[in-house]
Parts: sequence; C-alpha cells; structure tokens
Amino acid sequence: MAAETLERVKKIIVESLNVDPSEVTMEANIKEDLGADSLDVVDLIMELEDEFDMEISDEEAEKITTVGDVVGYIEKNK
Amino acid sequence: MLTDKVAVVTGGSRGIGRAIALSLAEAGADVAIFYAGNHSAAEETVAKIKETCRKAAAFQVDVSRSDQVEKAFKEVQSSFGQVDILVNNAGITRDNLLMRLKEAEWDQVIDTNLKGVFLCTKAVARSMMKRRSGRIINISSVVGVIGNPGQANYVAAKAGVIGLTKTTARELASRGITVNAIAPGYIETDMTSVLDEQIKQQMLSAIPLGTFGKPEDIAELVKFLASDFARYITGQTIHVDGGIAM
Repeated sequence: MAAETLERVKKIIVESLNVDPSEVTMEANIKEDLGADSLDVVDLIMELEDEFDMEISDEEAEKITTVGDVVGYIEKNK
Repeated sequence: MLTDKVAVVTGGSRGIGRAIALSLAEAGADVAIFYAGNHSAAEETVAKIKETCRKAAAFQVDVSRSDQVEKAFKEVQSSFGQVDILVNNAGITRDNLLMRLKEAEWDQVIDTNLKGVFLCTKAVARSMMKRRSGRIINISSVVGVIGNPGQANYVAAKAGVIGLTKTTARELASRGITVNAIAPGYIETDMTSVLDEQIKQQMLSAIPLGTFGKPEDIAELVKFLASDFARYITGQTIHVDGGIAM
C-alpha cells in the first residue's frame, strides 16, 4: 500500500518540482534536498489534495518536511 | 504586442474597464469581461471587442463572491485557455461622510473593491505560477493615496489595493509574474458623470494639467504594463491623474 502511495507521490513531486525520480526517496527533505521554496510547497500540497482527494490543513502541512512525511500522512488519512 | 494572450477585465462592460478591454483586444489579446449586472452594456462591449477580430465574451460575476469568481474563471479557462493577464478594475462607490456612513455601505465597497481583487488574483495565481508568467494589473485610485472626504470606504479599499498589489508582487516575483497598480485621478465615466457641476469645478482646480482624464489614458498604461516592455516593473503604483498627487 505504502509502496503504491509512494509511487503516486513521487510522480507528483517529480512533475511539480522538476527533479530526478531517483532523488525522491522517503528520507528526502522537500525543501533542503529537493530545492522547493515556500510557493513550491503550497503548490505541492494542493496537487496532493487533488490527487488523493483530501484536504491537508495548514497545521498539518507545516509538519510535513520529508517525502516520507507525505506518504505517512496520506496513508494515515486516506 | 499581446497576440493570442488571454485577458480578463473585471468591471469590463463600462467606463475605464471597457476602454481597457478594447485596448487589450486591439493589441491582440482575447478578452473575457466580468460585469455585475448591466447586460446590454456588456453585450455592446463584447460586440465592440469582436470588431477587432479577437475572441470576446462576457460573464456575469459578483467579484465579492468566491463561488461565482471560481466558476467564472473555470468557464474562461475552458473557452479561452489559461489567463495571461488579469485586470482587477471592478469597483463601486457608496459615498457618505464618515459620521453618516452605514456599515452596509462600508462592507459593500470593501467587498467589491478590495476582497474582489483578492479573490480574482487568487483564482489566477496558481496557473500563472505554474507557467512562470503572468500580468496582474489592479486599478486603485488617487484618493487611495491622498484621501477624500465622503469616501472613507472607497479610499480604504483603494489604499488596500495598493498594499495587496505590493504583497502579491513580492509573493509572485520569483515566478516571473508582475503585479502593478494604477491610480487614476478624475476620469470621465458614468461613475463621475453624476457629480454636480460645483464639485466638478472644484475638482478641476486641483488638477495641475487642468482637465479630466479619459478612460483611454488608463487603458494605454494597462496595455503597456501587460506587455513585454514592462517586464522589469513590479509592485508599483503608477499615477495617471493629471498631476494631482506628486
């Protein structure tokens, strides 16, 4: 399950941040390792909301720093 | 100059907005106008835009209502494509001296003239961000800078638009989107034609260039700010007021 979620998340991150798929590991920090700025993060959160048909509150979004956090949040809340 | 760009002009059926819509179309843009209620004026403006052989359509939108704004932008996107140029021009007045100004009059003007700019900007920001380009031009007013008795609500909204312009400009600058405001002075439109002669004379005496402006004076600047010539200008408020504020 988590593997399938990771694949979907990976695809969105690759497209939205224009990074190489190999960089998108569970440990990768979205801002520091993948080079996202605050606008990229907002855009990414909105993409994820659309893809997984869920709403991610600002408080929750602030806690997300790594790709693993994203996958974990989606697994827990879908 | 703006060939095949898609522009949205709020309050585009009459006055300054109408002149802006026509001038963008003449420069090659397809233009969607938002209007509040005057169907015949909107249709007439659309017909006039079509004479330039550009695509045009009118959408009835209350810009202070997020549901209506979102719906209208979706319709624009499906029939015109992504919006390249947004001109936030829609505005109303409910003049009264502060002591007599009703809460409802305050709210109506702030909702349309300030919140409307926020909602429309929000509606286009993400798609402009993704495309790394876009032009947002907000119509403020000289009174938003110098104040005007009897217009506390209008002045507050127009000053608010200047602050909103600067913040939006800063937020979106890294994505190649420019955001600027224009502060018109006294422009001859339906909005100002209802003023009585004595007030008009008083206004004229405060204008160094000695005449009222025309809607085209604003439209020409919008056309410039929307073009590549203005690529290095953002966060500014440009006065077109015959010299009232210096």
